Amino acid sequence: MGEVKLLGSWGSPFSRRVEMALKHKGVEYEFIDEDLANKSPLLLQYNPVHKKVPVLLHNGKPIAESVVILEYIDETWKTNPIFPKHPYEKAMARFWAKFIDEKCNPAIWQIIWSRDKERDKAIEEAIVHLKTLENELKDKKFFGGETIGVVDIVANLIGFWLGVMQEATGIELVTKERFPILSNWIDEYVSCSVIKENLPPREKLLEAFKSRLNAPAWKY
Amino acid sequence: MAEEVILLDFWSSPFGMRVRIALAEKGVKYEYREEDLRNKSPLLLQMNPVHKKIPVLIHNGKPICESLIAVQYVDEVWKDKSPLLPSDPYLRAQARFWADFIDKKIYDIGRKIWTTKGDEQEAAKKEFIEALKLLEGELGNKPYFGGESMGYVDVALIPFYSWFYAYETCGNFSIEPECPVLIAWAKRCLQKESVSKSLPDPQKVYEFVLVLKKKFGIE
Repeated sequence: MGEVKLLGSWGSPFSRRVEMALKHKGVEYEFIDEDLANKSPLLLQYNPVHKKVPVLLHNGKPIAESVVILEYIDETWKTNPIFPKHPYEKAMARFWAKFIDEKCNPAIWQIIWSRDKERDKAIEEAIVHLKTLENELKDKKFFGGETIGVVDIVANLIGFWLGVMQEATGIELVTKERFPILSNWIDEYVSCSVIKENLPPREKLLEAFKSRLNAPAWKY
Repeated sequence: MAEEVILLDFWSSPFGMRVRIALAEKGVKYEYREEDLRNKSPLLLQMNPVHKKIPVLIHNGKPICESLIAVQYVDEVWKDKSPLLPSDPYLRAQARFWADFIDKKIYDIGRKIWTTKGDEQEAAKKEFIEALKLLEGELGNKPYFGGESMGYVDVALIPFYSWFYAYETCGNFSIEPECPVLIAWAKRCLQKESVSKSLPDPQKVYEFVLVLKKKFGIE
């Protein structure tokens, strides 16, 4: 169904979201790994507004912003849908994806990059947001139900990167005691084949976090 | 089948205006409920426990929160009239991209214009105009972002036009000389009843901003 390329970055959760969706649907694509410290002319040409990864190129036409790309992928390749069909459930999926991106993830990043009082505050905030998210999970295996859906894909930072960040910083945010349901989901998540095969190498990611934590002010 | 549609809203909210316009475009009858944001109703807190914010669209008792999510929901449920999103997936992706851009930029930068002064305000004004110019580029010489008729991006952006007068007056600058095409687009949108009936009087918005400035102790 046309030529598919993905401008992404091995360690970027946003980039991996797109790969998860493409693989889940059995779509073949060419991955172009961007050096984010030295962005290619191709990236700057195809995402002049934000100059960020991921950018999906379908038959040469670019789509940017990970969740916009996920909607496009679901509408274009109909196998294994990741969005619910019904408008109300679809609206709920969009709501939780937005909640993860606007509340959960920024709080988590803030924990990693801040120190002392700011970090304590960020931890408190992250706990509140993750509790809210956990409540949404209830007794489902995945946010998408029996199989992964768009919210599970968007929650990839929580599903995988967070564990690595916790190891790199020594901070325990998500534990079985504090988040029993979310912890279960994380276990299911990283065992799920389409997820597991699309995660960055753990050791490499851990090293990257450790070195950035020791380096002067990194802007994500 | 009796449809019950309620919109919990606040008169000056650009986000609320988006949903009003979408419902009007689709000819949906609904009950508009004005919230007192200093004294939020039990219904609002029950229907949007996560954010406790307006707008909240309540359709047959089920809440949809976040303005662009509500607009997409309206577009999908009342799909037989005035489609807001195009049918082509690529064009839909472009529309979503630009609506996301508007969400990331316009409100926050606009807010900086009336809540700051000096260098910070100058920087905000510059960034604001740059964002509008990018949007102008996207509009091109189409009558609307949606093409021949209003679409998703038009609905996402036009509410902020009711705040332009407030931004301009607080920031002591004029948008039209910098973005004539965009202003022409805005006036074109206002010719439509769905828009003109959904947007407040810019003078009233400015007066409201002055009240807020006083309340927050902003010069």
